[in-house]
Amino acid sequence: MKVCTVWVEARVKIKELALSRGERALVAGLSLTLVGGDAVALVGPNGSGKTSLLRVLAGLAEPTAGDLTVSMQGADADLPRNALVHLGGHQDGLKGALTVRDNLEFWIAYFGGAGLSISKALDQLGVGHLVDLPAAILSQGQKRRVALARLLVAPRPIWLLDEPTAALDTASTARFLTLVEAHRRAGGIVVAATHTSLDLSNLKTLDLGDYPAHRQDGEQTVKDAESYWLESEPL
Amino acid sequence: MSAFRALIARDVRLATRVGGGALTGTLFFLAVIVTIPFGVGPDLNLLSRIGPAIMWIGALLATLIGLERLFQSDKDDGALDLLRLTDSPVSNFVIAKVIAHWLGSSLPLVLVTPLLSLLLALEPRAILALTATLAVGTPALSFLGAVGAALAVTLRRGALLMAVIILPFSIPVLIFGVAATRAAIVDPDPFWPPFALLTATSLIYAVIGTLGAAATLKIGDG
Repeated sequence: MKVCTVWVEARVKIKELALSRGERALVAGLSLTLVGGDAVALVGPNGSGKTSLLRVLAGLAEPTAGDLTVSMQGADADLPRNALVHLGGHQDGLKGALTVRDNLEFWIAYFGGAGLSISKALDQLGVGHLVDLPAAILSQGQKRRVALARLLVAPRPIWLLDEPTAALDTASTARFLTLVEAHRRAGGIVVAATHTSLDLSNLKTLDLGDYPAHRQDGEQTVKDAESYWLESEPL
Repeated sequence: MSAFRALIARDVRLATRVGGGALTGTLFFLAVIVTIPFGVGPDLNLLSRIGPAIMWIGALLATLIGLERLFQSDKDDGALDLLRLTDSPVSNFVIAKVIAHWLGSSLPLVLVTPLLSLLLALEPRAILALTATLAVGTPALSFLGAVGAALAVTLRRGALLMAVIILPFSIPVLIFGVAATRAAIVDPDPFWPPFALLTATSLIYAVIGTLGAAATLKIGDG
């Protein structure tokens, strides 16, 4: 597997981290250090804070307490954590009106790509033949694979993946896991929230259910109910 | 900087595709201006007197009509999160989105203004003034609308808020825009003071709107 970038001392350091979503405290007292080559499977029941943790790691949200550093050495040493991570979320971020090539070309220009060429990246995920089709007509699994190609065309050291294999068939999952291993060999870090087991070597498992936030009962329950209504009220 | 340009290019491209929504505002504008003369009747003096105000109200509503969805499609497909994964501040992203929206939706509106002005029996000087005030004033509306659009993606009742919060702030733009245009027709009134105030409003809203929208997007994600 060709890897074009080697990451020097990519590192994720989490100390006594606490997370909340809205008014709901989700996780407390989480400490973890990851170095280049590490892969972590985030597990835990629904609503335990897996996606929230990924968003905090990506710099899209701030933790309620604790320290968090995402860093690497070399030319990109000064970048904030937003610019060091890739986020593969539930949603693929593809524009249906644009072709697969246009979609990826945009992300290359936006993120600054020095990775694989678009056709090579798509080939590695087995979707090379779709390059000139509009993204709107792709199947769910094809969209997911095109979205994952983004990680290859615009390389970044830390991959934060949310259910990366959810829509993928067995062959694509195997392909994807090979790419993850290649990324780790190049010194990258992978954090994947998942409900299925990922067949990766030396995979660490972090169960967010082990770090429950201490709930102040009574008041907390009322707040839960309030935030529920705020979030679910229709237009 | 190339990321900035890439985002503008993508958004303009998406807007000008079929179903992209760039023409929605222009068509709405067209519909309002074309039907007014039939409603008012063939009184040319009356038309040219109320013409600038009608053009400005049409432009105001046409600009705001699609603006509420400025961040919505990026929110829906998850791109909004990805677009924030850069080392540049969220406000850069907001500015790029607003510029793209202005190019795709407001610029066509400014360009058809001279043509539509003929339907309202405006004289050449008024047409010139109207086009100039719209070109200078519509960016203010776009930046203002960005705040509403940011609220719309972070709150479920965004569409309602948009009308309640944004519309009052757009009134100064309307007043200065119409005042400058009218001054070009009615002789003793000076054109430049209201035009300068309109320009100033645009510049102020560019700052407030950018910071407001960026803060809203950030807080909404927290």
